[in-house]
Amino acid sequence: MLKLPIYLDHNATTPMDPRVLEAMLPYFVENFGNAASRNHSFGWQAEEAVDYAREQIAQLIGADPKEIIFTSGATEGNNLGIKGVYEMYASKGNHIITCTTEHKAVLDTCKHLEKLGAEVTYLEVQPDGLIDLKQLEAAMKPTTILVAIMYANNEIGVIQPVKEIGAIAKKHGALFFSDAVQAVGKIPVDVIADGIDIMSFTAHKMYGPKGVGALYVRRKNPRVKVTAQIDGGGHERGMRSGTLNVPGIVGFGKAAEIARLDMASDTERISKLRDKLENALKVIDETYVNGNPAHRLPHVSNISFKYVEGEGLMMGFNKDIALSSGSACTSASLEPSYVLKALGLGDDLAHSSLRFGLGRYTTEEQIDFTIKAVTDTVLKLREMSPLWEMFKEGIDIDAIQWAHH
Amino acid sequence: MAYSDKVIDHYSNPKNVGTLDKGSKSVGTGLVGAPECGDVMRLQIQVDEATGLITDAKFKTFGCGSAIASSSLATEWLKGKTIDEAVKIDNMDLVEELNLPPVKIHCSVLAEDAIKAAINDFRVKNGLAELVFEQSHV
Repeated sequence: MLKLPIYLDHNATTPMDPRVLEAMLPYFVENFGNAASRNHSFGWQAEEAVDYAREQIAQLIGADPKEIIFTSGATEGNNLGIKGVYEMYASKGNHIITCTTEHKAVLDTCKHLEKLGAEVTYLEVQPDGLIDLKQLEAAMKPTTILVAIMYANNEIGVIQPVKEIGAIAKKHGALFFSDAVQAVGKIPVDVIADGIDIMSFTAHKMYGPKGVGALYVRRKNPRVKVTAQIDGGGHERGMRSGTLNVPGIVGFGKAAEIARLDMASDTERISKLRDKLENALKVIDETYVNGNPAHRLPHVSNISFKYVEGEGLMMGFNKDIALSSGSACTSASLEPSYVLKALGLGDDLAHSSLRFGLGRYTTEEQIDFTIKAVTDTVLKLREMSPLWEMFKEGIDIDAIQWAHH
Repeated sequence: MAYSDKVIDHYSNPKNVGTLDKGSKSVGTGLVGAPECGDVMRLQIQVDEATGLITDAKFKTFGCGSAIASSSLATEWLKGKTIDEAVKIDNMDLVEELNLPPVKIHCSVLAEDAIKAAINDFRVKNGLAELVFEQSHV
């Protein structure tokens, strides 16, 4: 029996794996110690659990356990990584390069630093969502201290050419920071091979608990330091104070271990379902897949259904299927997704998009149900759409003088 | 954000979806909104020349559930009214009837604008001057 509602919003968050919960449980009531308590067994036990998780997490990304700094999540990691470098390397320069499709936690952090005197270059992306490496190379300056480019995009799933970006940053003596929250645990990420100096990621996007994340900070070639943004007891090698969230960290570790062991089989299964979904929906007229299909996360598909509005479309099935739209009909600005607009999509296509995010527990039955529900709703709404009627009559909608309100 | 039952009902069973002959003298057509803004509404009225009553109303809307519901409800209210009565339909009446939250008030404004545009289209076709309306409540 198909159980409703179906969850297809795994880029927003993932359910916790029961194996993760099981690993966490002893660390709430029984083993509740503070990992910073050095003088008794409660503390030692907590510290040992944290150290083990640090190893599990480091192993997933090819890092040394000492290079893992625990945070509250990727928003904190992005803030710490970028602001921490800006402060620590102020004497070397003030220029940061990022791109327009980054997460708000990166963009707003950069905007904040601009007010403090940073110079920030926002690279445009190409229509497929990838940055242009030549533009990156051209943007590098002697004052460039940091290149902040995400590993994979949260809305369209495109994977940036991180190895090449890392090499360009290194050649110019800048550090490479990557928000890898969507990539870690989903695709192989190796900080050495990828040339990443600082990287943020989080547990809840990989079937772990919410409220715990990590910042990878490279210790050699080069040795990187970030200025703490939260001062206190000097935890996490002085880069992030605050009592460690021991159960969360234990869960994060377990989630990382499962992700590493199951990645190949999960990817194979999920990408097949994603492709099935995408191929079936592409059959509908005037439907466009957003983002480079060859450099994309295996579990994401972002599709624009022209002439129907995304929020209206979701309403057709949102009691049964949970997913996200690039439309922002509820926001005060009425602005659609800035990521889709950055690809050069017209506002109409951006308003007409849905993001499907599949996950570890997505079944073929759920995908079949989704294909039917989405197809039926698109067809129904097009019958109701004046734009579809005009399109069918051969009227050039772009040539109409619309009254903007 | 949860939709009200009335919005869901109009969305699921929209009233009066369709197209009237926009070339006919007895039909007034209002097309408002813009694809870039995420909503476009087309509202049409059929007016009986002898009685001045609106005998039929049709809509097609590209937009969210609230925009679809606002236009569906507007067509229901228009039928059987005279032009003079139809002019008085206020967007806040739609807001109240559909329980639209503040972020969706623009959907009702669009519906009111569509009614007025349809009426003016009808008037112009029949040799009457366009009515000038005050700004609706945004």
